[in-house]
Amino acid sequence: MMSTPIATEIVILLAGLLFVLGIVGVIIRKNIIFMLLSVEIMLNAAGLAFVAAGSRWAQPDGQVMFIFILAMAAAEVSVGLALILRIYHQHKSLDIDKLKEMKG
Amino acid sequence: MKIHQLTYIAYCLKMNIFFYITAFVTLFSTIMVITRHNPVHALLYLVISLLSLSVIFFLLGAPFVALLEIIIYAGAIMVLFIFVIMLLNLGKETAAQEKAWLKPTVWIGPVILSTILLLELFYLIIAAQPSSYNLQIVDSKAVAISLFTPYLIGVELAAMLLMAGVVGAAHIGQQKKTVLHRFLKEEEP
Amino acid sequence: MDHLLWLIPAFPLVGFILLALWGKHLSRFRTAIIGAGSVSLSAILTLFIGLNFLHSTPADGHYSQTLWTWFEVAGLIPKITLYLDALSLVFVFVITFIGALIHIYSVAFMAADKDYARFFACMNLFVFSMLLLVLADNLLLLYLGWEGVGLCSYLLIGFWYENPNNGYAARKAFIITRIGDTAMAIGLFVVFYQFGTLVIPDILALAPTTWQEGATVTTVTALLLLAGGLGKSAQLPLQTWLPDAMAGPSPVSALIHAATMVTAGVYLIARMHVIFQLSPIAQMIVAGIGAATLLIAGFSALTQYDIKRVLAYSTISQIGYMFLALGLGAWTAAIFHFMIHAFFKALLFLAAGAVIEALDHEHNMFKMGGLKNKLPVIFWTFLIGSASLAALPIISAGFYSKDQILWYAWASEHGNATLWLIALLGAFLTAAYTARMLLLTFWGDAKTAVSHYPGKFMTIPLAILAFFSLFAGLIELPHNFGHFTLFSDLLHQVLPETILRTGIHGELPFQLLAFLVTFGGVYMAYIFWYKKPQLIEKLKQSPPLTHLYRFWFSGWGFDQIYHVLFVKPVVFIANINKDDVIDKFYQGITILMVRLNRLLSVTQSGSLRWYIIGLVVGAILILSIQLML
Repeated sequence: MMSTPIATEIVILLAGLLFVLGIVGVIIRKNIIFMLLSVEIMLNAAGLAFVAAGSRWAQPDGQVMFIFILAMAAAEVSVGLALILRIYHQHKSLDIDKLKEMKG
Repeated sequence: MKIHQLTYIAYCLKMNIFFYITAFVTLFSTIMVITRHNPVHALLYLVISLLSLSVIFFLLGAPFVALLEIIIYAGAIMVLFIFVIMLLNLGKETAAQEKAWLKPTVWIGPVILSTILLLELFYLIIAAQPSSYNLQIVDSKAVAISLFTPYLIGVELAAMLLMAGVVGAAHIGQQKKTVLHRFLKEEEP
Repeated sequence: MDHLLWLIPAFPLVGFILLALWGKHLSRFRTAIIGAGSVSLSAILTLFIGLNFLHSTPADGHYSQTLWTWFEVAGLIPKITLYLDALSLVFVFVITFIGALIHIYSVAFMAADKDYARFFACMNLFVFSMLLLVLADNLLLLYLGWEGVGLCSYLLIGFWYENPNNGYAARKAFIITRIGDTAMAIGLFVVFYQFGTLVIPDILALAPTTWQEGATVTTVTALLLLAGGLGKSAQLPLQTWLPDAMAGPSPVSALIHAATMVTAGVYLIARMHVIFQLSPIAQMIVAGIGAATLLIAGFSALTQYDIKRVLAYSTISQIGYMFLALGLGAWTAAIFHFMIHAFFKALLFLAAGAVIEALDHEHNMFKMGGLKNKLPVIFWTFLIGSASLAALPIISAGFYSKDQILWYAWASEHGNATLWLIALLGAFLTAAYTARMLLLTFWGDAKTAVSHYPGKFMTIPLAILAFFSLFAGLIELPHNFGHFTLFSDLLHQVLPETILRTGIHGELPFQLLAFLVTFGGVYMAYIFWYKKPQLIEKLKQSPPLTHLYRFWFSGWGFDQIYHVLFVKPVVFIANINKDDVIDKFYQGITILMVRLNRLLSVTQSGSLRWYIIGLVVGAILILSIQLML
């Protein structure tokens, strides 16, 4: 089997870029759905880093971690979307700046 | 032998070119995700981003994960998003609203901050000593063996998490009637 | 019989516990049964044990019973040991017997009071503490009882706490006696440091061999113990609390502030007599303080108009006699006078309480009068008590005890003409103020109508006490008059004999002089306050006499002096440090925390985006640190 020596550093850089893009998305968007999408991007970036590291040492652990991230993302999305539904029903808005009830 | 080596170099080049193209597609579609006004558009770009990411996984020698990315992420989770967007009936009004919300004054600060973070990440990654190695494909069998022997506890915990997620979502998502005192209830016309 | 010794203090303790825990749920009848019954049982038991003791005195002169070891620490092993010898027998007898009579009297006297159970609980606790004090075989247990009686005194002076003045009087008594108690505690430390034990018989046995006569440490120890006695017994300079202590109910004044607790100082000095014998200076000071106190209190008693304050000053004065006797080395005379004084002073207080009750809480003697025929029982008993107080010759018990002290003031080895003259002047004053009190209260015109008449519960204890006030003196007769020495023979098991000066004889002229002085005092009172009251009015015209009158009336200005010397400086300092300087530091910490809290709570804006920005900045910081390292 032939191996493909794609530089791991480059893949990790790509993961970093995606992660930062996710952060930017979470910060600049006011709509909760977009924030949730951006969180998905960040999770994907983290998974990419894991898989890259796993392939670098030819170990399955990276992929195992990605599967866990996947499971976590599924749970998070389901709960998050349910919360969005309720927020929309209560506030008739998805504006995150209107949800400041936890002000200390 | 020489011919073989040449083929190998050509193969590596091809793979690298593939990688850079997919990486570019991923980055571009991700940028599009965070800048779109219409949620459905953003969602479509996210699907593209996920698909290209799965190609990268394949290139990295992880075919099982690449398939999972397509099936679960692009398939299941995105469908959930679409359901919600359809349920909330987010259409053109939302797009206009998003347009109003997404002003340079809003995004310039976070972008600068994120750029700093990115530069630091770049520096740290490039500063690390690069090393050559042979890429091997880790197939689903190896993943499965690893998953169900040393990581069994993790799998069970993930199962519990999913269970909690399902129950939590079902509980939060159910429509409750607003409980009001009977004197406070409005008279029905 | 000696194994039953523990029951004597146990009865009042049980009574106290029952009344303190279930007092609110008990009927008045049951409260009275428990309260008076427990002390009466103790009195009966004391009679049995005392008779047994007298009948077959043990070879070593005491019964003792160890109940348990209190605690053990660094060689100090005080045991709960009861120790009964002739001296403590006299005290236990007085405490339980007079205590029982006063309790029975209180059943009627306090009948209308709403805090019936609390009164008897405190009284029982007092009797228990006092018994512990006199039965203790070591100084620490004695100190426990000592503080216990102080506490009960405080509780009972302030019994009617609704009136703030009563609370003030209670605090005054507590704080002033505390001064003496602190000195006494230091005295106990010195004793333990010197002897390594606090067991009284051991100390008394060790002291003559360890200490030299007149050594500084002996004098210091004696003076520290004396200070404790001065506070408790209301002697100069700590006497100011006793007149105010009359704020308590009359039975309390009778039991605590006349018969028993205030004589604890006398007991302490008599108990530790070896130490005082080793220090002639200390003994001289005891005699001097006694003499000065009896004179000062005598003059003050002559000017009071509140009947209970007259009795209070007379108590101070009579205890002054006891201290004088102790200082003279006339140990048995002091204890004899203590016993007789307990009888007649308890009688006088109870009778005065009955008079006050009968006249609807009228304390002013000038508003009494003419009660001779209206309250005959009280009149006769009061008359007998007064006779005993004034030491009316031959017929009263007080004569026999006071005559002894007068004689020793002249004749004992420490005696001299000055002390004798002071004692004689004191006797004159005693007779004068006693007669004045009697005349103002029972003779003359009736000024206040009698509203209550005392019942049997009140008159019977009065009658019994009157009997003892008349005849208790007969157990000890002067040398030239029967020479019957039952009482001093008993006490000489414990206390040394009084050493007389050589070349002294002829007791009779002194006794005759004492007769004369007593009758002179009575006659003076008769002239001034009965026959020719206008003479007093005339005397009041002259300014210096008025000033003197005011001076005496205020108890020689001690309260004012203490107010200037101690109260004002303390209040001044307290005012300066009103908002505690050290507290400022801790307040600063609180203020800092509150400020920080306000500062940080701004970050809890509730805005999710700010939180994420915080995360990003944190990540940048951590990565920067990694870059720099």
